[in-house]
Amino acid sequence: MAEENLQNKIDVIVVGAGPAGVSAAITVARGGKSVVLVERAPFAGAKNMYGGVIYTHAAQEIFPNFEEAPIERYIAKHSYVLLSEKDSTQISYKNPEHEKNAFVAIRAKWDKWCVEQAMKEGVYFAPNTLVRELIVRDGKVCGIKTDIEEYYADIVIVADGVNSLLAKQIGLRKNIKPKNAALGVKEVIKLSKETINKRFALEDDKGCAMEIVGKPLEKLFGMGIIYTNKDSIAVGIGVSLEDLKKQKMKPYELLDKLKEHPFVADLIEGGELVEYSAHLIPEGGYNAIPKLYTDGAMITGDAAGLVNNVHFEGTNLAMISGKFAGETALAAFEHNDFSSNMLCLYAKKLENSFVLKDMKTYKDVVHLLSGRCSSFLNYYPDNINKFFNIFTCADGEHKKQKFQKFTKDFFVKRSLSELFKDAIAGIKIVFGILK
Amino acid sequence: MDKKIEDKLFTLKYKTDSKCHLHPDEAKCLQCLEKTCTIVCPANVYSYNETDKKLTVSYEKCLECGACRIACKYINWEYPQSGKGVIFKKS
Repeated sequence: MAEENLQNKIDVIVVGAGPAGVSAAITVARGGKSVVLVERAPFAGAKNMYGGVIYTHAAQEIFPNFEEAPIERYIAKHSYVLLSEKDSTQISYKNPEHEKNAFVAIRAKWDKWCVEQAMKEGVYFAPNTLVRELIVRDGKVCGIKTDIEEYYADIVIVADGVNSLLAKQIGLRKNIKPKNAALGVKEVIKLSKETINKRFALEDDKGCAMEIVGKPLEKLFGMGIIYTNKDSIAVGIGVSLEDLKKQKMKPYELLDKLKEHPFVADLIEGGELVEYSAHLIPEGGYNAIPKLYTDGAMITGDAAGLVNNVHFEGTNLAMISGKFAGETALAAFEHNDFSSNMLCLYAKKLENSFVLKDMKTYKDVVHLLSGRCSSFLNYYPDNINKFFNIFTCADGEHKKQKFQKFTKDFFVKRSLSELFKDAIAGIKIVFGILK
Repeated sequence: MDKKIEDKLFTLKYKTDSKCHLHPDEAKCLQCLEKTCTIVCPANVYSYNETDKKLTVSYEKCLECGACRIACKYINWEYPQSGKGVIFKKS
């Protein structure tokens, strides 16, 4: 192609320096091909937030020296919390052998560190560079158009996040439907390390991940999260965009409701808000995954909707998908074939890994749960709290009467047909996972 | 103005773009009954004035999440120009 300036031609362009993009870029560089990693923000991580953690297995696979990274705390304790109007029930899981399975990091620091490692291994990083569109010739993606220039490559790896305007431009995906998107809003609240360790019953640098359901988010398909950083905690919610629309609820008001619940209020008391943030989460699961490649391009991470929302996994799916895209690009260079015929290897790698296997396992869970969210995320949690209220309360009245009332209320306040539908959904979920 | 959300946004750093990157179709806004953009936006970017029949877009507060573009199909949504917009440092 005559107009391709040789200076503007590189082997691979990766768009987006999040976990998927950086993993793709470093994999390509390790294979000896030239690669530029393009990011619209001034530094990697500046546009990124999550309600989650980084998984050691994925971090280790991409960055063997990940322990040198700015890690906040390893997750030594997982807590699941059910909230009613004022009361709460908490279940915690701790296992001394699984204390290093995942960790919390601040994205502006972690993503930046990852890109620094990639640069050390030969990746050319281009921050402050927004890709307006992909250059397509004869149906093949062959470059990018930025605000200033055009750059060409044999392969473009699209890692531009949940909104992926680029995947949409080349027809690989459409806009996400509101029912397939959750909005995450989060506050990072500063507290001393000692206070955090005391309130969360943690030792030293160990951390805690909490998933919360119940009253403050009633009528919506959504959950709350609390994660501990070194000297701050993140409190957030992830709620269905469709439900926010339907219930006409503002996301930050819902977050405030969660923060006002006595359980959460006690944890954050006296803390100072240091940063507020928001992000979309792709929630469509397996059934909403688009075609993952076309001639000259592959899409990865959130851009491809690769999120396991049952287990709150996203960063690991992003990193591994990026790695697979990088490996596929290297194979394409070996065969000098950049067409779909070659790049379908990327989809095969994903299908043979936990990424698509797990997403397939849970393909109907979110849909079934969201249809019954008023029961599974509200009615039953509320009744668990009611049960414990009776069980723990000594007030001179005899227990039998209380339990009789509890049992009667349980069946009266929710009709038999609703309970039956819940049971069917529950069975479908279990069979869907195990079949 | 909702003080609480303004306080939250006050914690953020922005490199304000010189031009607006959010373009709702104003003709559709006039007919729109739901005004979903004013509900789902986590940064309170959109506000509708019933008297003037005008939608104000405070794009400089945008967190670039894309909730509005998914919730309403009549918003022509772009990213801010290279290097511009919100910067998260502690999330």
